[in-house]
Amino acid sequence: MSLAATDIQKAAAERSFVRRRLVSFGLPALVLVYLAYIAVAFGIPGLAERARWDNGRALVADSYSYKTHVTRDNRSGELSVAIEGERKGTYAPDAPPDWVTRTGAETVIDLGGGHVVTYTENGMVYDVPGYGVIEAMPSRARGVETNLAGDVPDWISVSKNRLAITTEAGRVSVTRNRTEVFRYFRGWELFFFTLDSPYHGHSLTEILLGPRIDPARGNLAGAWHDFWTNAMWRHAEVLWAIFETILMAFLGTMGAAMVALPLAFVAAKNFTPVRGLRLGIRRVFDFLRGVDALIWTIVLARAFGPGPLTGALAILFTDTGSFGKMFSEALENVDDKQIEGVQSTGAPVLGRYRFGVIPQITPVLLSQVLYYLESNTRSATIIGAITGGGIGLLLTQAMITQKDWEEVSYYIVLIILMVMLMDWISGILRRRLIKGV
Amino acid sequence: MADTITAGPATGAGDIRGHYMALTQRRRLYSGLALTIFAALMTSGFMVSNARNAGGFWDGLHNIFDFPALVVDEAAAKVALLPAHLVHFFPALIETINIAAVSTLVGGILGLVLSLLSTRGLARFPRLIPLFRRVMDIMRAVPEIVIALVLIFVLGGGPVPAMIAIAFHTGGALGKLFSEVNENADMNPLDGLASVGATWIQRMWLGVIPQVAPNYLSYALLRFEINIRASAILGFVGAGGIGYELKNAMSWGQGKFDEAAAIFILLFAAIVFFDQLSSHYRNRLTRGRAPA
Repeated sequence: MSLAATDIQKAAAERSFVRRRLVSFGLPALVLVYLAYIAVAFGIPGLAERARWDNGRALVADSYSYKTHVTRDNRSGELSVAIEGERKGTYAPDAPPDWVTRTGAETVIDLGGGHVVTYTENGMVYDVPGYGVIEAMPSRARGVETNLAGDVPDWISVSKNRLAITTEAGRVSVTRNRTEVFRYFRGWELFFFTLDSPYHGHSLTEILLGPRIDPARGNLAGAWHDFWTNAMWRHAEVLWAIFETILMAFLGTMGAAMVALPLAFVAAKNFTPVRGLRLGIRRVFDFLRGVDALIWTIVLARAFGPGPLTGALAILFTDTGSFGKMFSEALENVDDKQIEGVQSTGAPVLGRYRFGVIPQITPVLLSQVLYYLESNTRSATIIGAITGGGIGLLLTQAMITQKDWEEVSYYIVLIILMVMLMDWISGILRRRLIKGV
Repeated sequence: MADTITAGPATGAGDIRGHYMALTQRRRLYSGLALTIFAALMTSGFMVSNARNAGGFWDGLHNIFDFPALVVDEAAAKVALLPAHLVHFFPALIETINIAAVSTLVGGILGLVLSLLSTRGLARFPRLIPLFRRVMDIMRAVPEIVIALVLIFVLGGGPVPAMIAIAFHTGGALGKLFSEVNENADMNPLDGLASVGATWIQRMWLGVIPQVAPNYLSYALLRFEINIRASAILGFVGAGGIGYELKNAMSWGQGKFDEAAAIFILLFAAIVFFDQLSSHYRNRLTRGRAPA
């Protein structure tokens, strides 16, 4: 008999082993099969070919460096020096940077490291250390003539109408219409002051401690004003956009909590005995949550137009559903004894709720609301990109121009800092409000 | 001794009463103040955002049903086409759900590794715990749209940028939750495994994972639900799936609202379906197995 019992046990153990083996090998196999299917469905094998690595390189290079263009219009002979080739970053014709020297018709551009480019009367001469002198003569009739013959190294590309040279010091491009030199610098250009500001090129200590730079105003006030109204980086606008994003998250989250709390009482079993009403409100919550912020944003943008209010309302609508569900679950779990205790003192219904229920659910409520506030800061960034408000909009706009990558990296850094700040604040509030002061 | 006891209550009660009243009053003052500040913040915030919005709140309020009515009208007029639209956009929905599923899977694995590396008592390199925690903080802080937009620029539009973006964020978010679960794991199995010479990976795989798997799964399911929404919304900025189709239908404007309606229906149904599914399984995981 005992033998039969052990046999049964043994069989059961073996079955369990087989099942376990199946799970421990079958599950990873299933995951692998799924990933293989995804690789095919998403076209991952062809991804490397489709990827624009040059875009990626430009993006990375731009995020920590910038280039200054020295351009000569070959038809008019006009010379301009501009940071990133932008009008806002153009040097005044009589005050080029110190590495560009103009003497009569000749312009000498020192690229550093012994690389010197000279714009002559109507040509270009580039002295490349360790290689030699490259000369180019653009003309309308004959294209671009150079002194290069035979095999050229791969950092030079030469054709009938174009010469391009890329060295570690910079880049030169000569076409019939214009001759251009690009010199690369580290950092974000003109981040503090634009070229038209008198404070450009002065260090912080000079501004703080040195003599008055602009006679019309104090150094600190003037420097702050020029920084704040910087036309290239628009710091004031960017900060305002960050504020707008946080505002969307704040209004949406808090508004949703305020709408959801009374509705949650209606949706809780122990407060609303009427089944139909309760279920009706629950369906409303499910609907609000199910429609999702994306659809709410689209629908509301049609009524209210683009802007932060639309984003705030989209968050409010979605989260009323989420909060309603969570709050009503919290309400169903409250302890009746406290309510009875308050009731026994003859308190009216409102008093019963205020002193018997609210103190019990406050910690749960607050921690959920603060958690959502933090996560909605991220959502508000995305919603802003769709509805047109806040830092999300600035980010997408900077992306669309496809050249101001340093601005994109600036916004990304700010967004991450913003989210971490909200994370930190909500963490502090949560600890203080829930554990008591 | 007896004196203090008999004398105590009379003065003490008065004292306590006074203290209590003072405390209550102070509390009332504080909460009143907090409420006032909160109300002021809400109203001024509302006014600021109302002023910054293209259309005002009160003007827009009575237009709120115009667009839904437009969509419903057009969908009703072309109701015969609706089933065809639903079938047509179903693959896009599948793509959106696949993006969410893969990114939850990849993010979950990433979060698992990060959480094990950043839990005290389990970490492979105890000195690097703060580093891994900071890494998770940063991963959590990066909104999906940032990575998605950058990757769309480099890799081109499609599901892969969205997948990577969501997986990255999910890794950070799940890593934090997982490491909270790990803190409560029983260390005895680990000691047992260590005593027979198991490597770190073996100890984690055989000693920790079986303990925490139900909680992990429950969090991953919740995340999956969130990621479906995220992947739909990322589609709208060009990352493929149903969001992209919705954007196309919307930018076409009137005349394609029947398609928009079909997409709304599909998206709504998918979100509700996975919401219910995940809450059902999460209940089972946290409250133990339902009787077979």
